[in-house]
Amino acid sequence: MAVADIAEVRRTKALQERAENRTLTRLTIGPSPWARAGALAALAVLAGIWLVPLVWGAVTSFKHEAEAALPASLLPTMGWTLDAYQKVLGSSDLLLWMWNSLVVAVLVTVITVLISAMAAFAFSQTLFRGRAVMQWLTLAAIMMPGQILIVPLFREMQVLGLVDTFAGIVLPQVVAPVMVFILKRFFDAIPRELLDAARIDGAGSWRLFWTIVLPLSRSILVAVAIFVFIGAWNNFLWPFIVTTDPQFMTLPVGLSTVKDAYGVQYAQNMASAMIAALPLLILFMLFQRRIVQGVATTGMGGQ
Amino acid sequence: MTVSNPGVSAPLERALPGRPASASRPGTRAEPARKSMRERDRSGYLFVAPFAVATGLFLVVPTLYGLWMSFTNQSLTGTGSEFIGFANYVEAFSDPQVWQTLWHTVWFTILSTIPLVFVALVMALLVHTGLPGQWVWRMSFFAPYLLTSAVVWHLSNWMFQPDIGLLDTWMTGLGLQPLGWLTDENVAMFSIAGVTVWWTVGFNFLLYLAALQGIPAQQYEAATIDGAGGWRRLFSITLPQLRTITGVIVVLQLLASLKVFDQIYMLTAGGPNGSTRPILEYIYDTGFTNYRLGYASAISYVFFALILVFTLVRLLPARKEA
Repeated sequence: MAVADIAEVRRTKALQERAENRTLTRLTIGPSPWARAGALAALAVLAGIWLVPLVWGAVTSFKHEAEAALPASLLPTMGWTLDAYQKVLGSSDLLLWMWNSLVVAVLVTVITVLISAMAAFAFSQTLFRGRAVMQWLTLAAIMMPGQILIVPLFREMQVLGLVDTFAGIVLPQVVAPVMVFILKRFFDAIPRELLDAARIDGAGSWRLFWTIVLPLSRSILVAVAIFVFIGAWNNFLWPFIVTTDPQFMTLPVGLSTVKDAYGVQYAQNMASAMIAALPLLILFMLFQRRIVQGVATTGMGGQ
Repeated sequence: MTVSNPGVSAPLERALPGRPASASRPGTRAEPARKSMRERDRSGYLFVAPFAVATGLFLVVPTLYGLWMSFTNQSLTGTGSEFIGFANYVEAFSDPQVWQTLWHTVWFTILSTIPLVFVALVMALLVHTGLPGQWVWRMSFFAPYLLTSAVVWHLSNWMFQPDIGLLDTWMTGLGLQPLGWLTDENVAMFSIAGVTVWWTVGFNFLLYLAALQGIPAQQYEAATIDGAGGWRRLFSITLPQLRTITGVIVVLQLLASLKVFDQIYMLTAGGPNGSTRPILEYIYDTGFTNYRLGYASAISYVFFALILVFTLVRLLPARKEA
């Protein structure tokens, strides 16, 4: 019965959405069938162009190596095969790099969201000496692009002994002043009466933070987390600089070292690329709505 | 900003029905009581401490350390760290490589930003028509953004392969000469910009889409009743309301494009003949290949000055609003 209810809700939602889309079509391009056909054709062409590299890479990854290097024909003529995947998974560190990336991205996300939310709470809901100065410094920190710090930061990591460690990869990535301001703006909108009532009931700041502020901010926290996770999973420059040992390489760094050392092996290259692309693509298919909303919300950054 | 940001306040309003988000802004009657409650709360120190420590260690320290380094002749091997005054900066301003890589960076920024904003706008306008296939369109346009640069490199490098690559196959199929996509000095930067547009346009597309969803339907209704056609509605209602968000997207895109490194480093390594090397790669080469940390830091700060100009442009409207 519960299952039937959920299916019912889904169906209603889908119908509602379709109705909304129809209204939107009427409002934007109007009733002309020609205009609609034109817009659809434009969409199809654009989507086609955007999908070609991915589809092409995917098909090639299932080809025999001998055929992959021939002038392009879309479908394999020598039959489909999993050869490339077997070779790549058997002989490279791909799975290790993926695991490293997962560890790094999860650590970066958890730490960033936690310390940014705590700082945002402090700026939004507490008063302490130096708060204004700290806020100004945080605002100034937004202006500092991490890329120009690679040289001194690497030197600092050498001094701290953090080169080729997870700490060395993760810690410099957790400083996200933009996220502090995004969260602060959200926390500012939480009704003071609610917090004051809890304070009168004797709740300390720590409890206020965990039991009222964080639960009320779930949607923005998820948005920030998604954004930070995608960034950390895909980050190339810093992990590339701070790791030399293949044991600690993340997926982007490891994958960039896969050159065609043993002659050209396109099928295997494409298989590696597909395996590397899969986790986030699956994540996106599962949580499309949340990711779209999250990127749109946080993407505008400190604006 | 005229375009409100529905994602931020809507969930909260849903969580607390009947209570507008701005009810407790300063100036309401609850003000004195609230202030005293907050004043008693001194725990802010503890909450801000982890972020402050991390920022200090990994942002403030390297910023100051780098600044100091730029006045020394420090090298990666550890030898020499004497103070040499402005020598590094003097060298940087007369180093043709600095100017050349700076120009490549700006050239790439121009080549990539224009289509990255325009194509994103066209995509968003088309998807916002609500035509069937919403899921497919969003997926196709945004999916490449989720790929890491190394995957983008594998895919595009293979399409760019001479003779057997997809692009050359198409060129010869159309009866044209194959192009040196990554090997011709006159073509390589365009190829890289093209890859970048394919890779990252989905992000701007989503920002535009969110802004479009914020335009009230009544305005379209009213215009339709007044007899405005589809094009008229596009130019008189939709586009004018996208002015602010376009400004935001352009500046964000400029800042992102100026920091280009990954795709160029992998696709051409700055070649052919140094014709695509961006300044970030020059900094990397100077510091980590030639071991000249002091000089690399000085170039970093020259580059920072350029970025700062754009950042200030970005922050100014935000301050006016506040």
